[in-house]
Amino acid sequence: MTASSLILDGLGCIRGGRVLFKGVDLSLDAGDAAVATGPNGAGKTSLLRLIAGLLTPGAGSVTHQGAIAFAGMEPALDRDVALAKALAYWARIDGGGAGDIARGLDAMALTKLAEVPVRMLSAGQLKRATLARTIAGPAAIWLLDEPGNGLDRDAQARLEAAIAAHRAAGGIVVAATHQPLAMDGAVEIAIGGAA
Amino acid sequence: MPVIFFLLVATLFPFAIGPDPTILDRVGGGVLWTAALLAALLPIDRLVAPDAEAGVLDQYAVRGISEEAVAVAKIGAHWLGFGPPLMLAALPASALLGVAPEMLGRLEAGLALGTLGLASLAVTVSALVAGLRGGSALAGLLMLPLAVPVLIFGAGALDPIQNGGFYLLAASALVLLAAGPFAAGAAIRALRD
Repeated sequence: MTASSLILDGLGCIRGGRVLFKGVDLSLDAGDAAVATGPNGAGKTSLLRLIAGLLTPGAGSVTHQGAIAFAGMEPALDRDVALAKALAYWARIDGGGAGDIARGLDAMALTKLAEVPVRMLSAGQLKRATLARTIAGPAAIWLLDEPGNGLDRDAQARLEAAIAAHRAAGGIVVAATHQPLAMDGAVEIAIGGAA
Repeated sequence: MPVIFFLLVATLFPFAIGPDPTILDRVGGGVLWTAALLAALLPIDRLVAPDAEAGVLDQYAVRGISEEAVAVAKIGAHWLGFGPPLMLAALPASALLGVAPEMLGRLEAGLALGTLGLASLAVTVSALVAGLRGGSALAGLLMLPLAVPVLIFGAGALDPIQNGGFYLLAASALVLLAAGPFAAGAAIRALRD
């Protein structure tokens, strides 16, 4: 993996005419991680969408080196096809192959569900599928929105292992969550809160 | 679906008008154009909104695929899904309406051009209304006035004496086709805010 970095400089977000947060500074290098915490509606998802380039910053700037993968609340998988095929769609766009999909499925213990249509999956399984897509992709910077939502204990452990492996390989992880997520030495970005 | 609808109109019309060949010959081409326009409207709420809701459009954006490129792909896919099948369905439909064989050639050529413009317009409008509740009703209202030129010149292109209608049909379809990707791309971007 080539050198990756993510720098947020005085990032501010305005949604619906209201300042959600401002002055978020962050500098992450290869292997680093950050976790955004805050109450519901504080702007954790907005922060990730800003970093992903899906929203325009109200102030400040985002600079990053390395491709971004965004695991949002929506799975973005075709509901009518088998899970492996739905993941293959994105793997093809990302220039990956069957090996990458197998790796992603295996990391989230979905191998047995590979041939099950996406619409039959439970909420927790869909969340794992979303994470599997991110794991299977080549992106250096992972943006995970509530990655622990609906995960059982085993899946949570697998997620933490995948994050650790990704960071060990020089990747960057930014997670937004209000659940405990074991990430060694992760920078905490507290959003909203007292404001 | 659009094709079944198109054939349904072509089947029902002679029942309603009566089997008089002179009347059917006069209105047949226009009826088929109207049916084609309405058929293009049918899938409009399924073109962009499901992808937007499922986060697929966000995933494209994160991968650096421009919204305009997504719109072009959607226009191409939508056209493939309804343009050529509609041109095929126009064969039995024109037989049902007793459209003269020499007019059929003009109709098919006109449909080939017109459906391109209609596909582009349908994707644009469905991107515009994707984030709205009751979007599909609004989509019909938005699309109809913009599709009227295609309808007018499409029916005009059936005129066996002169080709003016045909050129104007080509022009209006080209305008829709050229503007569509940019308008739809901007609408998809606006969806995120």
